[in-house]
Amino acid sequence: MSTLPPSTPSELSLDDLKNLVGDCLEEARRQGATGSEVGLSIESGLSVSARLGEVETVEHHRSRGLGLTAYLGQRKGSASTSDLSPKAMKETVEAALRIARYAAEDPCAGLPDPELLAQDCENLDLYYPWPILPQEAMALAIRCEDAARGVHPDIRNSEGAALNTFEGIRVMGNSLGFLHGYASSRHSLSVSVIGERDDQMQRDDWWTVARDARDLQAAEAVGQEAAQRALRRLGARSLSTRQCPVIFAADIASSLLGHFIGAIRGGNLYRKSSFLLDYLGKPVFPDFVHIEEQPHLLKALGSVPYDAEGVRTTPHHLVRAGVLESYVLSTYSARKLGMRSTGNAGGVHNLIIEPGPDNLEGLMKTMGTGLLITELMGQGVNLLTGDYSRGAQGFWVEQGIIQHPVEEITIAGNLKDMFQGLVAIGNDVDLRGNTRTGSILLEQLTIAGN
Amino acid sequence: MTLDAQTIAHEVLLTPTGLAPSDLDGVMQQLLRPGIDTADIYLQATRFESWGLEDGIVKEGSHSIDHGVGIRAVSGEKTGFAYSDDMALPALLEAAGSARAIAHQGQEGRQEIKTETPRVELYLPIDPIDSLCEVDKIALLKRLDSESRALDPRVEQVFVSLSGSHEVILVMGQDGALHHDVRPLVRLNVSVIVEHEGRREQGSYGGGGRTDYRYFLDGDRASEYAREAVRQALVNLDAEEAPAGSMTVVLGSGWPGILLHEAIGHGLEGDFNRKGTSAFSGRVGEKVASPLCTVVDDGTLPGRRGSLTIDDEGTPTTSTTLIENGILKGYMQDKLNARLMGVSPTGNGRRESYQHLPMPRMTNTYMLAGPHDPEEIIRSVKKGLYARNFGGGQVDITSGKFVFSASEAYLIENGQLTRPIKGATLIGNGPDVLTRVSMVGNDLAFDTGVGTCGKDGQSVPVGVGQPTLKVDSLTVGGTRVQD
Repeated sequence: MSTLPPSTPSELSLDDLKNLVGDCLEEARRQGATGSEVGLSIESGLSVSARLGEVETVEHHRSRGLGLTAYLGQRKGSASTSDLSPKAMKETVEAALRIARYAAEDPCAGLPDPELLAQDCENLDLYYPWPILPQEAMALAIRCEDAARGVHPDIRNSEGAALNTFEGIRVMGNSLGFLHGYASSRHSLSVSVIGERDDQMQRDDWWTVARDARDLQAAEAVGQEAAQRALRRLGARSLSTRQCPVIFAADIASSLLGHFIGAIRGGNLYRKSSFLLDYLGKPVFPDFVHIEEQPHLLKALGSVPYDAEGVRTTPHHLVRAGVLESYVLSTYSARKLGMRSTGNAGGVHNLIIEPGPDNLEGLMKTMGTGLLITELMGQGVNLLTGDYSRGAQGFWVEQGIIQHPVEEITIAGNLKDMFQGLVAIGNDVDLRGNTRTGSILLEQLTIAGN
Repeated sequence: MTLDAQTIAHEVLLTPTGLAPSDLDGVMQQLLRPGIDTADIYLQATRFESWGLEDGIVKEGSHSIDHGVGIRAVSGEKTGFAYSDDMALPALLEAAGSARAIAHQGQEGRQEIKTETPRVELYLPIDPIDSLCEVDKIALLKRLDSESRALDPRVEQVFVSLSGSHEVILVMGQDGALHHDVRPLVRLNVSVIVEHEGRREQGSYGGGGRTDYRYFLDGDRASEYAREAVRQALVNLDAEEAPAGSMTVVLGSGWPGILLHEAIGHGLEGDFNRKGTSAFSGRVGEKVASPLCTVVDDGTLPGRRGSLTIDDEGTPTTSTTLIENGILKGYMQDKLNARLMGVSPTGNGRRESYQHLPMPRMTNTYMLAGPHDPEEIIRSVKKGLYARNFGGGQVDITSGKFVFSASEAYLIENGQLTRPIKGATLIGNGPDVLTRVSMVGNDLAFDTGVGTCGKDGQSVPVGVGQPTLKVDSLTVGGTRVQD
């Protein structure tokens, strides 16, 4: 466990930042705000990229931001600035209140219910600064890319490898007395390479990400994985149009859960722009599906002690035995729906779907003949209707065995049917993000090709 | 008294911290150490506001200010970069120190090739935010709300948003020349949800450009946005399942030009071609489209969202011919990639902000008008699809595969538009899709000022355009398998 730093790269301590937030809340009160909420963040980092064995870019990052929402009764306005001087802070408060004066009275507007606010700031073990020098970062990126390029002579080109390391502090306060902050870090290493065979070029990539640099996958392993992925795409061709079962590989299966979360988000529910409107208590998935949110997992990428408004985050079920048990609500959307905030202002935090017993090979055997999707393109998802149509890339599978790579196809259906037709979730869980899922097998989609 | 752009830029970016152009020269001297080929100092201040109406009331409004300086030093193919939101001289010198550490001993950089492109002012140096008083902004939002609801009783929800920004930049290159630009940008959008017998659908329309809010009070323009949003939503109420498979597709004029942005635009950006990672690499002089196709990227169209007087490296924009009568002519370049490829920059070096590095980006990408009558184009199709409006798209520039998603489309049967169908994603292969363009209309149109392009984590405003055109075969991602 790491303790909070005595100073940050910008020479401001957590206490200094809390004082700044306090000053801003006081300035808002002084200018006549009946309520206010202030967020302040400071971030610093280093990004290094290398290509074909040489350094390509070295970027030093340093940014600051202050954002405020001010209320005049039920009217609100927001403003933000990158300048933390007292003068800029005063002008930012003025700007927010100027807007609030013209905004309409909104009966649901306002700060969270005080009893829902987090009382303390639980230490979720998110801060592991990495004092890596630019030269060391360059060497690591080059090692990663070298490993990728050394896998096979068909790896003829590279978009390069990149190492990113960031750390920051976020402080939030409101006029109800909430004032908390915490530091966090995030480090990643990625590489993208190009395979070439018979006049066809295909690229693919792999990456590793962690709060603690010691938890990053080894550079050589990242490089090898990226190269293998690029190589297996070579020889890709389209398919004739058909309907068949589809497996979404683990790293892209998270997109399906993302659409599900979008459909049960308060904003879309009160606007009646969700295909899962009024589904609370109803089955959305088959009865072996369980989905929950775990916001307090130590060191995890999505962990937060409180949501974007300061409301306590709590582990809870979203889906149990296929039935929708909870929406995803902020204070405002909850009020619009006559419900309570679920601590999800800003989104969900560590979304987990319970894996099944089989790995990806097992899922492919269960599928028999169908499509394994490894990449999706485009935005063709309509959350109002559930209509789904996206470009895809992957592999044609027969009797559980990959036959050949596939590209230039689309997959289409409707999310409501897709969720009901979920057949299995693999145990090949991808831990590299805010959503933890294995590969997902769906009963049927329409594949359009040549 | 109206100030000129250069005075505004100096007052906004230099005066507050007491910087003089000679101070920037001093920072530049710090950057140009042995081994550094080129460098630039980029100062930027951006003011942004947005207003949102929903449920008949103005619920939301926000205002933001961001300013800072980005400093870059280039040694061969290597770039060192640092930025700071503090624009006083000590901060600039510190950033310069970090950036120039990239210097590599013994580099023989190639020299930059200068462009002779003249600078043409494409917009006024106005701040749109103050171009209408708050009362008038709100009145505009409310008027569109009432108009949208009055158009049809099935309109259930209306969302109207208005945004404006004022961006001021100064950029100095290693030749010491100081370039300035003051860039307004506005956008108005209407989205509606309609409901009929339990079925709900949506429609959205809007526009804007590099001007001020009074643009939306011009004639019928704002009301047209409302009419279009409602019309599209109502069409979607009757939309049936889209067909799946390869078929003839007729694309409408204007925003459907996103076809060009995805199919060939990104693939023709200079960085990908310098690295040889694009499906179009090394293909200058080859046939990549039918002879009916001439496609340009033109940053000089006055007042358009995708236009810029100078790019973010100080190079005046120009019209770059990408494809001429089917033949690939050239790429879009920023300074770094132009230098490495031995060509002139084309004014396509753009960056999202002072916190980002520039790279080749599009401006307004469009296809020139052709000889055919649009009605004749539709009549020529026995069985196919007419896609009139789109959402967004995406491309894999290495494999060449691209997608774009239709938001309003109709079946064509025996030369007639018959039934509306649900939005489906279309997929194709960039290097050959334009070879299958068999008819090009005489009705060139541009999008209304709504495009945003994302690349490598950086978003910039762009424009697209095209006439109605017919693609002999494109894969349509519907759900209904044809017999």
